[in-house]
Amino acid sequence: MSLYCTFYIEHLFFGVPVDHVQEVVRHQEMSRVPLAPPEVSGLINLRGQIVTAIDLRRRLRLQASVSDKRPMNVLIKTPEGAVSLLVDQIEDVLEVPEEGVERPPETLQGEVRSIITGACKLKDRLLLLLDTQKTIEL
Amino acid sequence: MNISQQQQFINDLLVESFEGLDRFDRELLDLENGQGGTEVLHSIFRIIHTLKGTSGCLGLRKIQKLAHAGESLLDLIRNGKLSVSSEIISALLKMSDALRAMLRELEAKGAEGEAGHDDLIATLQQLQTPGPVIAQNTAFGLFDDEPSASSESESPATSELASESVATAEETSEASGVFDAKSPVSSVAPAQAPTAVKAVAPKAATISEQPAAPAHPSAADSGIRVDISLLDRLMNLVGELVLARNQIVQNTTGNAADGALSAAAQRLNIITTELQEGVMKTRMQPIAGVWAKYPRIVRDVSIELGKKVRLEMEGQETELDRTIIEAIKDPLTHIIRNSVDHGIEAPEKRRASGKSEDGLLHLRAFHEGGQVNIEVSDDGAGINAAKVKAKALEKGLITAEQAGRMSDREAMNLIFLPGLSTADKITNVSGRGVGMDVVKTNIEKIGGSVDVQSSLGEGTTLRIKIPLTLAIIPALIITSSSERFAIPQVSLVELVRIDADQVAKSIEYIFDAPVYRLRGKLLPLVYLQRVLRFGDEDSKPRAANIVVVRAGEQQFGLVVDDVNDTQEIVVKPLGKHLKGLSVFAGATIMGDGRVALILDVFGLAQHAHVVAQNSEAASAENRTLTQAGAQALSNRQSILIFSLGTENRLAMQLSSVGRLEKFQPEKVEREGLREVVQYRGQIMPLIHVAEVLGLRANRAAGAELPVVVYRSGERNLGLVVGRIEDIIDDSVVLENQRQRSGILGSAVIQGRVTEMIDVPAIVAASRI
Repeated sequence: MSLYCTFYIEHLFFGVPVDHVQEVVRHQEMSRVPLAPPEVSGLINLRGQIVTAIDLRRRLRLQASVSDKRPMNVLIKTPEGAVSLLVDQIEDVLEVPEEGVERPPETLQGEVRSIITGACKLKDRLLLLLDTQKTIEL
Repeated sequence: MNISQQQQFINDLLVESFEGLDRFDRELLDLENGQGGTEVLHSIFRIIHTLKGTSGCLGLRKIQKLAHAGESLLDLIRNGKLSVSSEIISALLKMSDALRAMLRELEAKGAEGEAGHDDLIATLQQLQTPGPVIAQNTAFGLFDDEPSASSESESPATSELASESVATAEETSEASGVFDAKSPVSSVAPAQAPTAVKAVAPKAATISEQPAAPAHPSAADSGIRVDISLLDRLMNLVGELVLARNQIVQNTTGNAADGALSAAAQRLNIITTELQEGVMKTRMQPIAGVWAKYPRIVRDVSIELGKKVRLEMEGQETELDRTIIEAIKDPLTHIIRNSVDHGIEAPEKRRASGKSEDGLLHLRAFHEGGQVNIEVSDDGAGINAAKVKAKALEKGLITAEQAGRMSDREAMNLIFLPGLSTADKITNVSGRGVGMDVVKTNIEKIGGSVDVQSSLGEGTTLRIKIPLTLAIIPALIITSSSERFAIPQVSLVELVRIDADQVAKSIEYIFDAPVYRLRGKLLPLVYLQRVLRFGDEDSKPRAANIVVVRAGEQQFGLVVDDVNDTQEIVVKPLGKHLKGLSVFAGATIMGDGRVALILDVFGLAQHAHVVAQNSEAASAENRTLTQAGAQALSNRQSILIFSLGTENRLAMQLSSVGRLEKFQPEKVEREGLREVVQYRGQIMPLIHVAEVLGLRANRAAGAELPVVVYRSGERNLGLVVGRIEDIIDDSVVLENQRQRSGILGSAVIQGRVTEMIDVPAIVAASRI
């Protein structure tokens, strides 16, 4: 039984293991970084720590957001400090049974497929389990 | 004991042992050099003894066995039963290395490795009984109860001590070449030897004699051990405090109304500054830590290469921030090895040139001008400027023209070019030519500089200057495309502002690169917005703010939108996704909480190709300027020197020059009776200067045409010349004025008679 912190990007529903997540914060003002890889949205100031923010939409090669809602930050712990993932909407922490995890459906291809470890069929939706390491590695 | 306790004990063992082994090496070398009395002998014994005991307790049998062999040998020595020899020292150093290797394996794998070093153990055991091979056991004249034993092989002398000391002196000079005083074995010996004997060991016959009092209390007594991560956390917190202080001060200085708050903010300001200084001091470490390994390295390298080198270190207590120490370790080590390898000559060669056989390597560290200065000097062969130039030429790193113009001083700095090595043979140590450029880059990366001076036959000195710390630095805040950036003050030279209406006139283009003439010198310009590919350029003319910065030797001007203020900022490293961006050195948090990027001027320069010879004209002119030295400024003009394929040397004022171009002959077309080229969307007439002046130009058919583009009113005119020679700054004193049409007069420029042409007159004469 593992706990996952879940969120939406577009219509896709993702989860990362709870112990990879440092915290979740609302949108922070970002400073752009010229010449940075396109997936890097910028830098945010988290209580004095400078955190790199990764735009998950770009990372997953999805279209840019059409709504004007600001993305939220999911802060992932790494040995060198936190890295932030920009997501559309934060959802609850969910329990996922081991047996429930399957291979992702064939219909899911591309970049999205390469960074998930598996999928879990929930009552009403499909939860895609992110490979945290691969996701933040660009 | 349980697992975690065991692990803790092992960790303690590792920390203690690595430190102890470093001390062991140092003290062993002191012993070899004849410095150090009984306390040294006891100290080195204790180190190995402790290591043996602790490793035994923890069940680390292999380490224990090796340490035990060394301990037995050391025990004999400290009890006077055995005298120290070069062979013994080498074996003990080998043991120290082997122990270190075993400890490292333990650290990495959590258990002892395979190697048992049995042959080393055997050697150490063998050395316990001095064999008949060499009379090394008389080297220091140490014997327990048989003082007469040594004298049997030596010349008769009046006293026991004298006979021992004669033996000492003779053996000393033969046994190893690492001693600095090469004492001739003559009557001088008895006088000198007593000091040698006394220094090494107590007089044999009186073991019970009081050993010399310890020279100084051990450093371990006056301090405590603190975990480095704790210090880092403290430093981080102080950094945060500095930022918070900045924010409070920023928000209270305006409000004079709230007196109490202002007063408190002021107090906070003072306390924070002092706290910052205090914590920074805890991170400062004496450079002795870096230098500690050098005696060993110098010894090993000189033995390997058959040289004799004496190492002197001055200013070991000079302190550096921890962040810097890491950065200079490798460069300094390389410089030292280089000096021993290439600088100091072989003993025979030195003798032949009348120098002492022992080469001197002198390290000196001191604080000056807010920076740490480190000088490495040797009294070796010096750098052969001609040889360096030749090698650089051979490898295509410079052109023949540049070689010709270069002074010896400049030629020496060529050693910092990648791929350059004038070593005749490549040794294990150096000679592959990958060293000095990396040294320079690494030093400059941390905001330092390195300079070399040398005198052929006499020696070389390298001077390194590095900032005191990297963590909190003063910086200039600038704005570009509505984003703020910080430029470290250490790279800053000056600020120049050009009003909007002056911009078009003041910014010139040479070979497509924008430059600005700053007090006569051409300064390459870099538009920050363009380099960062960031923001939109508006075509509206606006004032130009030029921040003149220095990247090593090169200066260039960074054009930004606005210059804000100077502040002390806390440098925070960028995460791994952004570390690779060479234009940024880190990031910082501003007073309003926003993140600003810190620019790395070296990265910027490279990115904008300024460091590479982009603007030949600019670097040529600047080189000449440095050679010229101070000159009367009043007559100084910038002049373009050219030839026409004849013997004549001509020149024109640079202010007449718009651009320098080269056209293929095929591009030259005809319009009526004159020649033209298509240039920037216009039809530009060509004027053959030689023809106008009535000179015959020799030009190879099909060769490119060098053209000086001259702006006359609305039009561009192309002045065709034979060859562009140089661009210089010089004071021009015209003689023979206006004797020929088209010529303003002659002057001696760069030592040659040069005719200054009258461009407007030539244009008029060509009837275009």
